[in-house]
Amino acid sequence: MSQTATPDIDIDRSVGDFHYDTSYEFDAGVGLSSKTVDYICDVKGDPQWIRDFRQKALKIFESKPMPTHWATEDLENIIFKNIRYYLSKGQVPKRTWEEVPEDVKRTFERLGIPEAERKFLSGVEAQFDSEAAYSNIKAIVAEQGVIFVGSTEGLHKHPEIFKKWFGKVIPTTDNKFSALNSAVFSGGSFIYIPPGVKVKHPLQAYFRINAQNFGQFERTLIIADEGAEVTYMEGCTAPKFETATLHSAVVELVALKGAKIQYITVQNWSSNVFNLVTKRGLAMEDAEIKWIDCNIGSRLTMKYPGVILKGRKARGEVISIAMANSGQHQDTGAKMYHLADDTTSNIVAKSIGIGSGRSTYRGMVHIPKHLKGCKNNTECDALLINTNSRTDTYPAIQVRGNKNSVQHEASVSKVSADQIFYMQQRGMTEAQAMSLSVNGFVNDLVRQFPLEYSVELKRLIDMEMEGSVG
Amino acid sequence: MSLIIKDLHASIGERQILKGLNFEMKPGKVQAIMGPNGSGKSTLSKVIAGHPDYTVTAGEILLNGENILEMEPDARARAGIFMAFQYPSEIPGVTIANFLRAAVQARLPEGELIDAVEFYETLYAKMDMLEMKREFTTRFVNEGFSGGEKKRNEILQMAMLEPKFAILDETDSGLDIDALRIVSQGVNKLKGPHMGVLVITHYQRLLNYIVPDEVHVLMNGRIVQSGGKELALELEAKGYDWIKEDSLVAA
Ligand SMILES: Nc1ncnc2c1ncn2[C@@H]1O[C@H](COP(=O)(O)OP(=O)(O)O)[C@@H](O)[C@H]1O
Ligand SMILES: [Mg+2]
Repeated sequence: MSQTATPDIDIDRSVGDFHYDTSYEFDAGVGLSSKTVDYICDVKGDPQWIRDFRQKALKIFESKPMPTHWATEDLENIIFKNIRYYLSKGQVPKRTWEEVPEDVKRTFERLGIPEAERKFLSGVEAQFDSEAAYSNIKAIVAEQGVIFVGSTEGLHKHPEIFKKWFGKVIPTTDNKFSALNSAVFSGGSFIYIPPGVKVKHPLQAYFRINAQNFGQFERTLIIADEGAEVTYMEGCTAPKFETATLHSAVVELVALKGAKIQYITVQNWSSNVFNLVTKRGLAMEDAEIKWIDCNIGSRLTMKYPGVILKGRKARGEVISIAMANSGQHQDTGAKMYHLADDTTSNIVAKSIGIGSGRSTYRGMVHIPKHLKGCKNNTECDALLINTNSRTDTYPAIQVRGNKNSVQHEASVSKVSADQIFYMQQRGMTEAQAMSLSVNGFVNDLVRQFPLEYSVELKRLIDMEMEGSVG
Repeated sequence: MSLIIKDLHASIGERQILKGLNFEMKPGKVQAIMGPNGSGKSTLSKVIAGHPDYTVTAGEILLNGENILEMEPDARARAGIFMAFQYPSEIPGVTIANFLRAAVQARLPEGELIDAVEFYETLYAKMDMLEMKREFTTRFVNEGFSGGEKKRNEILQMAMLEPKFAILDETDSGLDIDALRIVSQGVNKLKGPHMGVLVITHYQRLLNYIVPDEVHVLMNGRIVQSGGKELALELEAKGYDWIKEDSLVAA
């Protein structure tokens, strides 16, 4: 179980699609059993309670059926016994880029991470396959008592905070993939913001899959103490491999009284990645959790960020953009559980279907009868760029009682041949014309993003469109 | 600089619409094509621009001696052909500024990025010339525009893209007198030795404002009569029927 070299892969023009041959110090081998889990625990030096937690999760994972009764049959194509569950060059991330192994450093340089860090970030964690290769937080932020480390370091060094919230927002039993993640999780961020601290610039994590037949299972836990504020951003890429790759993260957010967490994802998975992620936040009194979720690429994405509105006047928001190109299925949505009076939630989901790409919106808004003064607004818009595209909407809004208000709107529009011709007549290529239409469609959402991320999203849309014509 | 159309035959579906059309656009000139509804005027402009719905079954369109029929619409546009649409499309969520920016960017060599400051300077100068308010640039392309605003937007694009040959398809339709005057003034300011303008219209009215050097009549898929600007007045007075007979005699 060591020194596995990955085969060479051709470099293609798209930014995330390159690969370096590298070797791994630690490799759990192929397939999943309680031995795999033990291997991971041993390598990480996990405490007994985590070992027990993992082993129990493995049993739950094995006992749960694939959710194909409501989700796509394509899930059956994930062959768990062919996947590698842990690959790393070492468990301790470096604090400076100089110390990061050369090939890994080059990977992140090509992805622009060190540059972004210098320019506009408070801290960065860069994960390469199973472990973070680099993790650093600016001194000025650390001095405020902000903790920003990987999940392993979090549970080792800050057990009192970690243990209190870990697995509490998303129980292991939540779904088959949250159970899988709980069994083999590695990497991801642990963040704690002390009371009243408002982190000025975003913290960023970057998740990079480099190996073939591999599963990346990061685990992120963010706790904003009373009145604290933080923005966390994550980016993801993987090269194009011949075989399927799995990415199955669990992300838990806790916003205590009056705290604000904004979680931004811009993912650009290659078209062989199964991306099955569970994300949920817990918002206490007067707290606010906002998920901004941009899903581009992947073979299948299933992701429904949610907020449990537990305290009075808590606010939850999901802003989601999903783009499904030919051969891709974006099954995304949002979940809002209202558990207290005067809680409000807002969902705006925009999907773009291109060619035979398929997008599905699944929502869940739950407001029980005994509550009053709750509000939900749900808006789902789909844009189709080709008549073959398919879009489905399952809003599922369960609102009981009459002291609450709910608003739901949905629309489907198409980019017509006449629109494309009009733009081409102005000199834009077909791809540029489609890009411009897509950018217009998501324009009102993108304006809410930090500038760097709106630029990144626009670039990804351009690239995706270029690949989809001719 | 020349745009020459030779023996052009074009159809949509099974239907033959242009049936051996010959025409030459001339730089520095304003030419008008008139013709009754359904005679093929919009078809002609769309075939020149390369609309994918139309099939050219015979003939050529030569831009500076080169046949452009195999070129994509965007390549034709970048080569200097501009068409002001009779019914311009809405592009939701895309501001006029961003739309124009994308169009100007598309004309730059690969890898070269538009200079935003210079772009806005040019844009505002052209808008001043066309007496347009700056706020206009923040509106979404053609969304909720009045007929007049749509046509002014087309003229603004023409001003920004500086084509060599501009075809204005029924730019007067749906305009009241005030809007007609404003749009025409815009065209009159932009015309000049560097550009050929083809005004396609079915009423003579527009030609009071944009005075053509030549007037041609399109009927039944061909140019059947040509003359000076007085021909437009004659058509206005007598209708198109007398030409039909004339051209039959000629044929
Ligand atoms: N999509 C179409 N399918 C079939 N016939 C069409 C189509 N579009 C236009 N036509 C027909 O082609 C002829 C010419 O149309 P057009 O070029 O728009 O005329 P004009 O602009 O001179 O009014 C008309 O008879 C019209 O009905
Ligand atoms: Mg017409």
